[in-house]
Amino acid sequence: MREIVVISGKGGTGKTSIVASFAALANNAVLADCDVDAADLHLVLGPDIKQTHNFSGGKLASVVAEKCIGCGRCEEVCNFGAAVFAGPANDVVAKTYTIDSIACEGCGVCVRFCPVDAVEFKDVVNGQWFISETRFGPMVHARLGVAQENSGKLVSLIRKQAKQLAADRKKDIIIVDGSPGIGCPVIASIGAADMVLIVTEPTMSGQHDLDRVIELTEHFKIPTTVCINKCDINPKIAKAIEKRAAERGLKVAGKIPYDIIVTKAQVAAKSVVEYSNNVLKEQILLLWESILDMLKRTANGGEVK
Amino acid sequence: MYNRILVRKNNMSDDFVIAVASGKGGTGKTTIAVNLAHYVARAGKKVQYLDCDVEEPNGHIFLKPEINSTQEVTVNVPQVDLEKCTACGKCGEICQYSAIVCVKENVLTFEQLCHSCGGCRRVCPSQAIKPKPLAIGDIEPGKAGDIDFVHGKLRIGHVRTPSLIKQVKSHIKKDCLAIIDVPPGTSCPVVEAVKGTDFVLLITEPTPFGLNDLKLAVGLVREMNLPCAVVINRYGIGDDELEKYCAAENIDIVMKLPDDRRIAEAYSSGQMIIDALPEYEKHFADLTQAIKVS
Amino acid sequence: MKIAVTSTGKTLESSIDPRFGRTACFIIVDTETMEFSAIGNENVAAAGGAGISSAKAVIDAGAEAVLTGNCGPNAERTLSAADVKLYTGLTGTVAEAVELFKTGKLTEAAGPNVQSHFGTKE
Repeated sequence: MREIVVISGKGGTGKTSIVASFAALANNAVLADCDVDAADLHLVLGPDIKQTHNFSGGKLASVVAEKCIGCGRCEEVCNFGAAVFAGPANDVVAKTYTIDSIACEGCGVCVRFCPVDAVEFKDVVNGQWFISETRFGPMVHARLGVAQENSGKLVSLIRKQAKQLAADRKKDIIIVDGSPGIGCPVIASIGAADMVLIVTEPTMSGQHDLDRVIELTEHFKIPTTVCINKCDINPKIAKAIEKRAAERGLKVAGKIPYDIIVTKAQVAAKSVVEYSNNVLKEQILLLWESILDMLKRTANGGEVK
Repeated sequence: MYNRILVRKNNMSDDFVIAVASGKGGTGKTTIAVNLAHYVARAGKKVQYLDCDVEEPNGHIFLKPEINSTQEVTVNVPQVDLEKCTACGKCGEICQYSAIVCVKENVLTFEQLCHSCGGCRRVCPSQAIKPKPLAIGDIEPGKAGDIDFVHGKLRIGHVRTPSLIKQVKSHIKKDCLAIIDVPPGTSCPVVEAVKGTDFVLLITEPTPFGLNDLKLAVGLVREMNLPCAVVINRYGIGDDELEKYCAAENIDIVMKLPDDRRIAEAYSSGQMIIDALPEYEKHFADLTQAIKVS
Repeated sequence: MKIAVTSTGKTLESSIDPRFGRTACFIIVDTETMEFSAIGNENVAAAGGAGISSAKAVIDAGAEAVLTGNCGPNAERTLSAADVKLYTGLTGTVAEAVELFKTGKLTEAAGPNVQSHFGTKE
C-alpha cells in the first residue's frame, strides 16, 4: 500500500483538479482530502458520508463569570492578549475578565494561575471529519471550522484514518490532496509519505514557490516529483522550471496545457478525465502512469529518477 | 449591514488598512494587491504594501522593491538550566504541545512545537527556565518606487506562521493606505493577517471551488466582524452561482476582471497588469472609487 | 522486563503497526510471564507531538524497550532520554516480534528511521 501526497507551494496550480482525475484513473484507492482549511475535492467526488466524527484540535479557556474576582492575573500571564477585562458584573465585582476565543491558543496558563480557579479549560470541537464513499472508492475528508487552530493535527488524523481504511479494505494506494504553503498542515501531510507530487505553474510566482516547497520536501527527505500545469502559459518559464527541477535531482513527470475544459469539468462536478476525451486526459494519464511507475521503483528501494 | 462598504467622511486613503484575502489559493490576491498599490501610488497617494503570505511571498516579484535590510524574527522557546532543575516535572505537565517533556530525570525541549506561552517558565519552582530566541523567519522592508514595501519569509521547516505575520504587521505605517496581502486558507494565519484591519477585499473566481472557498472566507470575516467586498477574477469562466450568492448575501462585487489570457501571461512573467495592459487601469480606478480609497 | 510493541489490535496475534507515534495501540508485554495489556493510542497530535506523547505513554507504562516499524526523531529522542531501547523495522505479529526480542535476534536501532528506506514496507 503506497501513499502519494499532492502539494503545490503556490495556491491555485491545480492540485485538487489533478487529484480528482487520479481518483478516476486509480484502481483500488482511498482518497484523502487534507486541504482542511478550504476543502474542494468533495465538489467533484460527491462523497456519500457514512461516518461523521468531531475533531478537537485543543482546548479553550473560558472564565466562569460568577467566580471571577477581577484580579487580572489571567491578563498578566496570557502571552496572546486573550484575557480581556470585558466580562459581566457578578456579586463581588462590577466587571470581570473574559477570554477571547479567537485569540485564545489553549495554552492553559491562565487556568493554572487563576487564584480562585475561575477559568475552565475544555476540549473544543474545531471541526469534523468524515468517512465517505465515492464513485472511485472510500474517501476521508474534513471540515475545520473557520478561524480554527491546529489544521496540522486534523491533517494527521485524516492520513491515519485513510491508512487504516486502506489496510482494512486492502487498497493499494492512498491519494492525498494537500494544501498550499509550506507550513504546519503541509508538513503534517507529507511526513513519511511514499511520494510527493508538486503541482506547479509556469509563472514567476510558481517558480519562486516551487523552490521553497522543494526545500521542504528535501528537508523531510520525501521522494518528490513535479508536474507543470497550465504549461503553455509561459513556455520559457516552463523550460526554466524543468531545468531547475533537474538541478535539484527531480523529474518533471507531467506537463499539462491550460484548457477551459478544467473549469467546465469542475462545473459539471466531473474530473477532467471523465469529462471528455481531450488532450489533457492523455497528459494526465501519462502523469499518472509515470507516478505509478515511480512508486513501484521506490518500493524496491530505488530512486524516484 | 456590515458587509456594505464603509461610507467614510473623507475619501483620503490616510490611515486605512485593507486586507486582500480569498480562502481559495490562486484566485489573484497578489495580482489585485500589487496592482492596487501601484495604481494608488501612481495617483499620488501614500501607500504601503505588506506581504503577509509569509510561507510563499510573491509580491516582490511584481513590485521589485529595493530591500533595505533583512531582520531576523525570533520567538521565545524554553531554555532549561540543568543545574537549577529539580526534575519536578511541572513544566511538562503544563505544556499543551509536548514542547517540553520530562522523562526520568531529563527535561527535553522540542522547540518546533513550542507556542511561546511562557507556561513552563512561570510554573517552574526553581526558576530554571529562561526564554531563548528561536529564529523562525525574516522580515525585509524596502521601497518599490513610491510604495513602502515589507514582506516576511518563513524559514523552511518552521511552523510559526501566525507569529511571523504578526511581526510583519507591526510595520504598518500610519497616514497611508496599507494593503495587506493575506495567505490562502481560513485558519490561524489568515485570522492573524486580517485581524484589526479596516476592510477585507475577497478575491474569488466564478467556479465551484471558488464559490465554496469564498463562503468559508465570508464566514471567517463575519465571525471577526469585518466589512468586506468581493472581486471576481477570471470573470466569465464557470457559472453565475457566485454572483447569485453575493446578491443573496448582500455582498458588494467591486470589480470584475475578465478571463483574459493576456493577463495570465503578463502575470506569469512578473508584470503589473496595469503596465502591461493599460486598458485595465480603469478597472482599478473603479475599484478604488468603490472602496473609497482614492 | 516490560516491553512495548506498536500494534494494530489488542492481542498478541495482532499485526505490528508500522508507525510509532500514530500507532493504533501499544501492547505492553512482560517478557517473563507473557502477560500483556493493550493501551489505546489517543495520540493523533500535530506533526511531531504524537511521537513525544506516545513515547511518554510507553515510558510511564514501565517499558524498557520499544518494538515497532518506524519511529521518528522526536519519539526516538524522548525514548532515548529515558534509556528505553528502540528496535525498528519489525513486521509480522506482536507475538513474533516479542519472540525475536527474547531470543536476542534484534539489533537496536541506531537512530530514527522515518523517511529512510522504504524497503521494509509492504
